[in-house]
Amino acid sequence: MATAKFRIWRGDARSGKFQDYTVEISAGMVVLDAVHEIQATQAQDLGVRWNCKAGKCGSCSAEINGHPRLMCMTRLSQLPLEQPVTIEPMRAFPLVKDLVTDVSWNFRVKEKIRPFRPRPADAADGTWRMDQSDVDRVQEFRKCIECFLCQDVCHVLREHHLHEQFIGPRILVHSAALEMHPLDTENRLGDLKRTQGIGYCNITKCCTKVCPEEIKITDNAIIPLKERVVDEFYDPLTRLFRVFR
Amino acid sequence: MPDIDVPLVGGRFGRTSRRDLWWVQPLVVLLVLSGFVIYATWAAFQGNHYRFGPYLSPFYSPELWGNPLTAWIGGRPGWYPSWLIFSPALFILPFPAGFRLTCYYYRGAYYKAFWADPPSCAVGEPPRSYRGERSFPLILQNVHRYFLYIALLFIADLAYDAWNGFWFDGHFGMGVGSVVLLVNVILLGGYTLGCHALRHRVGGVLDRLAGARLRKRTYDCVSCLTGQHMTWAWCSLLWVAFTDLYVRLCSMGVWHDWRIF
Ligand code: SF4
Ligand code: SF4
Ligand code: FES
Ligand code: FES
Repeated sequence: MATAKFRIWRGDARSGKFQDYTVEISAGMVVLDAVHEIQATQAQDLGVRWNCKAGKCGSCSAEINGHPRLMCMTRLSQLPLEQPVTIEPMRAFPLVKDLVTDVSWNFRVKEKIRPFRPRPADAADGTWRMDQSDVDRVQEFRKCIECFLCQDVCHVLREHHLHEQFIGPRILVHSAALEMHPLDTENRLGDLKRTQGIGYCNITKCCTKVCPEEIKITDNAIIPLKERVVDEFYDPLTRLFRVFR
Repeated sequence: MPDIDVPLVGGRFGRTSRRDLWWVQPLVVLLVLSGFVIYATWAAFQGNHYRFGPYLSPFYSPELWGNPLTAWIGGRPGWYPSWLIFSPALFILPFPAGFRLTCYYYRGAYYKAFWADPPSCAVGEPPRSYRGERSFPLILQNVHRYFLYIALLFIADLAYDAWNGFWFDGHFGMGVGSVVLLVNVILLGGYTLGCHALRHRVGGVLDRLAGARLRKRTYDCVSCLTGQHMTWAWCSLLWVAFTDLYVRLCSMGVWHDWRIF
């Protein structure tokens, strides 16, 4: 039976190192299967988070051969197996153990986004009317499974550790989903500019490339928000036009 | 209390576990963009060989000041500094250059290729502080929409040039150069009309578009081009340089413009 070598990061926030494991592989196997096999037969104490094994819960994010990916959606047949496959935890978040990182920062940041504030109901029975095409635009953002791979790859967080100043692509997607919603009346542009650091994003599109849900994060969420921020703060003509309207 | 405590492990240039040739793409961007800037600057300072028959090089269009016989306004203006080489292109090129420099796609591409910010996705950066587009000078990128307004005028002008490229001494005809000029305006049009700032202007600014049918249609068309903005950006960049080269070499007698009819 064919085998493949895996080089897995073992350790905690203080120290750690790569350890090699050899696993028998079969057709259709994904990286998470190999990790489970290692956990079952060679390293019972290997820390790994997973849940659905179907690319829907967003738990099994890791870096496979340096690429932020879901372990359950990465087939071994997609990887070159002549060399060991490296599996590391996400780099932008504190390490708990082995492949498990503490992603709770994302949820704390998400709470700071101003919540949905709908306009008064359209009908006497307290309901609203929306056109499907208007909701379609924000529907894309609702596909997010909160795997935080986009946060992990974003150099503002990963390299510069500006977690205090920048909310990251996932939370920008969340903000766009609310801000562009046809019923919403809240204004989040001041927060985006001042405390949420949208100006830190330099549109290098790494977030879009890693998103397993193929959300066009940069084109459809971040750039439209940046343009709205320009309207509000940087474009004298738009501001003048608003005064006279 | 800080929200997160991540040990600083970044800060080593080129640090990555990626095995693919991640440096190829930024290197190609670096070489092609540098090559374009060098060629465009050289061509702009030539001040000659920008017309051949009915063809006008896009680097020199519109010819505001230049040859008194063909320019819109006239010959070299009196206020033009005497120490600077005179060329009609110098009145024109700053606008498309500013448009491309502040384009959302090119920004992302040249931050990677020229500043290694980051060199490529999930690859370590040189250790340094990072301010992004929040403060001077990069905050000036927000001027992009103003360059867009000017670029739209240029598209109309280049369409007029392409039309003129089909008229030879008062007769309708077609040379290879006519096709070169036509493709040029199509590619530049696809690039300009796919601009993110235009997408915002025509509809992105609104949360509800369904009531405005024409606006919705326009927004959908622009969005369609925006999705392929990178492709339009590169094709139009290479083709506009080729168009100048074509007109230049024909005018110099190096290439012969083949008349189709
Ligand atoms: S496009 Fe912006 S948010 Fe996305 S990875 Fe790059 S810097 Fe981060
Ligand atoms: S936007 Fe995409 S990459 Fe980011 S958390 Fe959501 S699903 Fe994951
Ligand atoms: S285990 Fe649920 S996304 Fe991988
Ligand atoms: S975003 Fe590229 S031209 Fe405007």
